[in-house]
Amino acid sequence: MTDLNTLTLADARDALRRGDTTSKALTEACLKAIDGAGALNAFVHHTPEIALERAAEADKRIAAGDAPDMCGLPIGIKDLFCTEGVPSQAASRILEGFLPQYESTITAQLKSAGAVMLGKLNMDEFAMGSSNETSVYGNAVNPWRRDGTDTQLTPGGSSGGSASAVAADLCLAATGTDTGGSIRQPAAFTGIVGIKPTYGRCSRWGVVAFASSLDQAGPMTKTVRDSAIMLGAMCGHDPKDSTSADLPVPDFEAALTGDIRGKKIGIPREYRVEGMPADIEKLWDDGAAMLRDAGAEIVDITLPHTKYALPAYYVIAPAEASSNLARYDGVRFGHRAKLDHGDGITEMYEKTRAEGFGAEVQRRVMVGTYVLSAGFYDAYYNRARKVRTLIKKDFEDVFAQGVDAILTPATPSAAFGLGEMSDADPVQMYLNDVFTVTVNMAGLPGIAVPTGLDKQGLPLGLQLIGRPWEEADLLSSAYALEQAAGFVAKPEKWW
Amino acid sequence: MSIDQSTAARVAKLARIKVEEDALPALAAEFNTILGFIEQLNEVDVDGVEPMTSVTPQRLTRREDVVTDGGQQQKVLANAPDAREGFFAVPKVVE
Repeated sequence: MTDLNTLTLADARDALRRGDTTSKALTEACLKAIDGAGALNAFVHHTPEIALERAAEADKRIAAGDAPDMCGLPIGIKDLFCTEGVPSQAASRILEGFLPQYESTITAQLKSAGAVMLGKLNMDEFAMGSSNETSVYGNAVNPWRRDGTDTQLTPGGSSGGSASAVAADLCLAATGTDTGGSIRQPAAFTGIVGIKPTYGRCSRWGVVAFASSLDQAGPMTKTVRDSAIMLGAMCGHDPKDSTSADLPVPDFEAALTGDIRGKKIGIPREYRVEGMPADIEKLWDDGAAMLRDAGAEIVDITLPHTKYALPAYYVIAPAEASSNLARYDGVRFGHRAKLDHGDGITEMYEKTRAEGFGAEVQRRVMVGTYVLSAGFYDAYYNRARKVRTLIKKDFEDVFAQGVDAILTPATPSAAFGLGEMSDADPVQMYLNDVFTVTVNMAGLPGIAVPTGLDKQGLPLGLQLIGRPWEEADLLSSAYALEQAAGFVAKPEKWW
Repeated sequence: MSIDQSTAARVAKLARIKVEEDALPALAAEFNTILGFIEQLNEVDVDGVEPMTSVTPQRLTRREDVVTDGGQQQKVLANAPDAREGFFAVPKVVE
């Protein structure tokens, strides 16, 4: 039998139900893989005792015939999710030692479905970053390398640890969160699948907030089917999140027909950006051809305000972050700076936040503070919110013309080297999210699917964007693309 | 729009983040790069466009105005850097 940690969620579930293996065996295989993968720095808080305890419970449930899809399946949890009694520090020094007294809604749902938590995964600090280089735990490392080199590459960000762990078979799947592309970009950089559902599908309760009008959680998995299975367990109405949608959750897996005959797939001309690598352009054209061959109608579309999504995002996201992160003041939880004699409350705030926040977080909090400050609120923040209305309308217009889904590249490049962007200005790093950020601005579901390798042997992904609340249909289109692309490459083990 | 060092210092103060004097020039330069990028938004015609308040059209639901939670003083204080006699403790706030 293949190594148990390399199984997909679907195959492991079916093996458990047939009695071919146990949750204990699956969990032990993953724990062993994690122990041997320190070089990837993906898991940053290990919870083997919790994992084995939950595996034992899951095996009892399976034996009793009470086994939801996720029952007994070992997964990793991004450090952004609060997990009761287990460190949850959003990869920030300011939450050092923080032990939540509660469980986030999503991890509680996964737990009650019987999923096994292996530990917490590395990420960019407060999910602010595209390379996992802003983490207090140090860089997470991509298991993929360029052919014939040993340069360490980024797994992307902010869900870099999740992506690295799933790609390296340290867990069967992982949770991620996506504010501007933080599920889809790392998924593309590591050759896995990641879906950001419609804003409001997954509860944000207990997930450390970055930009509340953009943040959504979602699964990061080895296949589209696995994303369908895990998303089903993560979704659902939650009265504790006022933006959580009170809508029925469809059976996403049952909807995976892969039949896209007659569907209209839009190709937005504005995404053909200047300087796009030839590999990406070819990947995109190939993807369109695959969908056409599968019976879809490929149509050119226009999303005229695309160019303004990223600058508008870099007003709105920092503005919301500056407000959300005001809670880290050294009073109620987390780090408090040592104070000098005579220091008052203001010095306590200022020193605590200077010590606790890393450079990128400080930068974004201050940019957010500036765009919200008296005299600039209208010029920056309100203008960005108006542009956001126009970006959403671009998509509404296209969907009104009968387009079912939109196909774009997931990222403007393959994974880059750790440290390679350290001399670049912040805006250069922000450009990583150019194809994904529009989807958050419009609140739509988007999925990254690996469809090819570049000339250096690194994975590349395409993104499909769907209509709001139609994740089932989007997953089915992604399934068709996955089947046609037949991407099966895995990184060669070096760690 | 260009941010000078005194504006950078004012923003740091508003954000309650201590920034040393010698770090201000670099901070101001970074702000200018980011704000220069954001300036593109001025090209967009936003006349008559409503600023977005909610990305999915929804009315926030209401509930009965009754107590639904509470009585968790220990849990609330469990992570406090300094808690005394059932309260959060902070440096002196008023003279």
